[in-house]
Amino acid sequence: MIESEALEYDVVVVGGGNAALCAALTAGETLRQAHGRPAGRVIVLERAPREFRGGNSRHTRNLRCAHDAPTAVLTGSYSEDEFYADLLRVNANETDESLARLLICRSKTCTEWMSRCGVRFQSALRGTLHLSRTNAFFLGGGKALMNSYYAAAERMGIDVLYDAEVVSIDVRDGVFRSVRLQPDDRRGVRDHWELRGKALILASGGFESNLAWLKDAWGDAADNFIVRGTPYNTGTPLRAMLDAGAQPIGDPRGCHAIAVDARAPKFDGGIVTRLDCIPLGIVVNRHGERFADEGEDLWPKRYASWGMLVARQPGQLAYCLVDAKVADLFMPSVFPPIVADTIPELAQRLGMPAGRVSETVARFNDAVGPGTFNLDTLDDCRTHGLTPEKSHWAQRLDTPPYWGYPLKPGITFTYLGLRVDETMRVMTTGGRPMDNVYAAGEIMAGNVLRRGYIAGIGMTIGTVFGRIAGESAARAAR
Amino acid sequence: MPLADLTQHGAHVMTVCNACRYCEQYCPVFPAMEERRTFGKADLAFLANLCHNCGECLYACQYAPPHEFGINVPNTLAQIRLQVYQDYAWPRVLGVAFTRHNLLTGLALAATFSAIFAVAAQNLSPTDRSGNFYAVVPHGVMVTLFGLIFLFAVVAMAVGVVRFVSHTGGLTRGLTRGQTPPQIETSGRTAAPFRDILTLRHLHASGADCVSGEEQRTPWRRWLHHCTFYGFLLCFASTTVAAIYDNVFGWRAPYDYASLPVVLGTSGGVGLLAGSLGLWILRRRRDPALTDQTQDGLDESFLALLFLTTLTGLALLVLRHEPVMPWLLVVHLGTVLALFVTLPYGKFMHGLYRAAALFIAR
Repeated sequence: MIESEALEYDVVVVGGGNAALCAALTAGETLRQAHGRPAGRVIVLERAPREFRGGNSRHTRNLRCAHDAPTAVLTGSYSEDEFYADLLRVNANETDESLARLLICRSKTCTEWMSRCGVRFQSALRGTLHLSRTNAFFLGGGKALMNSYYAAAERMGIDVLYDAEVVSIDVRDGVFRSVRLQPDDRRGVRDHWELRGKALILASGGFESNLAWLKDAWGDAADNFIVRGTPYNTGTPLRAMLDAGAQPIGDPRGCHAIAVDARAPKFDGGIVTRLDCIPLGIVVNRHGERFADEGEDLWPKRYASWGMLVARQPGQLAYCLVDAKVADLFMPSVFPPIVADTIPELAQRLGMPAGRVSETVARFNDAVGPGTFNLDTLDDCRTHGLTPEKSHWAQRLDTPPYWGYPLKPGITFTYLGLRVDETMRVMTTGGRPMDNVYAAGEIMAGNVLRRGYIAGIGMTIGTVFGRIAGESAARAAR
Repeated sequence: MPLADLTQHGAHVMTVCNACRYCEQYCPVFPAMEERRTFGKADLAFLANLCHNCGECLYACQYAPPHEFGINVPNTLAQIRLQVYQDYAWPRVLGVAFTRHNLLTGLALAATFSAIFAVAAQNLSPTDRSGNFYAVVPHGVMVTLFGLIFLFAVVAMAVGVVRFVSHTGGLTRGLTRGQTPPQIETSGRTAAPFRDILTLRHLHASGADCVSGEEQRTPWRRWLHHCTFYGFLLCFASTTVAAIYDNVFGWRAPYDYASLPVVLGTSGGVGLLAGSLGLWILRRRRDPALTDQTQDGLDESFLALLFLTTLTGLALLVLRHEPVMPWLLVVHLGTVLALFVTLPYGKFMHGLYRAAALFIAR
């Protein structure tokens, strides 16, 4: 199908996840409606093979939306101000306010547009996670979402190229001309080949799958990171743009990371490797010492901080210990717990010093005060005089059998990215916007996210900013 | 896959699913799964038969092959269903039929029975054209033979279902319900399974029809199942009414075109023809990844026998006053007998086990 060595498209989209498809679909719509040009002048370059298309979006399940009244897919209301306050809280008040406000304002129209593209949602009142007020859940999750988007793209006549690895981008003085792609024997292309375009949208994700780059940022600790999502986000387009004079934003260490089971595969383990038992037990490092408040907040608000907490421990390892009282109260994970009848035995099986762990548990048990255990609220079960404290859901570990899970940091995506303006144009180091280069999704999430994460905002960033980038690029290509 | 491996693989699949739960609003399998933490043979038997093979969860799965976890729920549960059919077959030794049964054995059985009828028939070239079937095969022979075979089939099927329910049904009591499982909506818990069965709700449970391939949703599979199911019921009603006419009122066949048995039988027959033929075509167009291809023979045998039974039955109705009638009759009777004999050891059982699973899940 793609034979010519110098094809020209109106809009070239690098990436194949949520942001890329939202951008491509909107660019197609805009070209067709506003300018009477066929949507077929848009091309999506997905680096992964078809089976693994969709980047990290494959592993997602919801997006966060502001809304004023209950809808078919969201309960109650979630005001723009509340959304903004939630965002500020996890980011220690650092964000680009105008972009964040734009994101939140436009999040209100997401589900309606998505439905028009064929995306289906779960009904609001049911579901495993208690997030139906703030987050709309895709029926079947992110891969089903991506299937809907790819089907919509096909209906619109948008070209999609799989196994399409961009190796370099021709951007001079803020003007994009072409991308160069890896040779591909399957298509009979034996040399690097070039694809020209009038506008470029970068929606190629962060660099979380690039272990060498992670190591630059984290040192040897990066060897112990698990990459929760796609192995294809190596950040080649991000690096190419930074080298071509795009202005970076965010810290190379900034990322969304959670605690995952240490037995998870290096890449692509997705949702099933996460552990929800942390608020129900205690977490110790490999020396058998506690290092953080396991009960600080409700889990959906707190889960995203544990990746970094574990990353700072020796060997990037930690262990979550629970007892039989709570064994049925958390989501099962894919790996079985390590089980023992006594704490020292459990410590031994997990490879920790038995004496230290027993001491830690004994000290913790002594510090637990009376209270009424209730997982649905910030209850009054807490420790007294212990450092670090456990401020909620603190119960003694005293009912065998005891369960242990090994934890490692699981990186979801990185925040170092490209600075953009409100039309998603990529900014140069000189502080002016490039002519025809746009960015959306993880590759520019750092504009809004600096430190923490709130569930579902990654998909909001991809959807809202993808749509804006698609529209802007289509106008530029006119 | 050997039995131990299949159970182990099934448990692996359900463990991954239970840690993910993205598919929980597609169908009743996932809510039922969420009530469990471990997956033994009986749990898997129950979940497998709750699955209607709608296919959505394969395309939605982030762990589907070629992912290293290799999760294909529709295919795995289909394989487990085949094992369940064998395990609960009565007599147990005939369970093996589920793996040997195919189009050829089905047709061979029909041909053999037809030949036996032909040999045993009193008169294959009657002089009169009254359409009197009993002049060809005596009334007593028909009633006794079909009565006994049918009784056997009913007993065999009932034993299988009762054993299935008693083994798997007890499981739903005393399950951990740590999290509130998201129930697929039910209106009136007693009526719900009946409604789900009669409307085949789980072939369109998520608001759209089930898939034949990625993003290909069509209502055909549901409609053709309805044609087959209701067609079967109408034919069954026709036979029942005819039996009452015969045994209670002494009204002997053949019956009028406008008579109740003929009207019921004809409309049911049209449904069965359309249903069996349509399902045959449809299953060849479905993504093979969704099904267990070792069971193709089971499907084909059942569909072929349904189709041939109906075709010969309708032909008999139209041509009952023609000289060909006796030959048609022996082929029809032979095919019906083959269908009856294979009911407890063929694809027919999927409907019974699925219905039972829906009642257990209630």
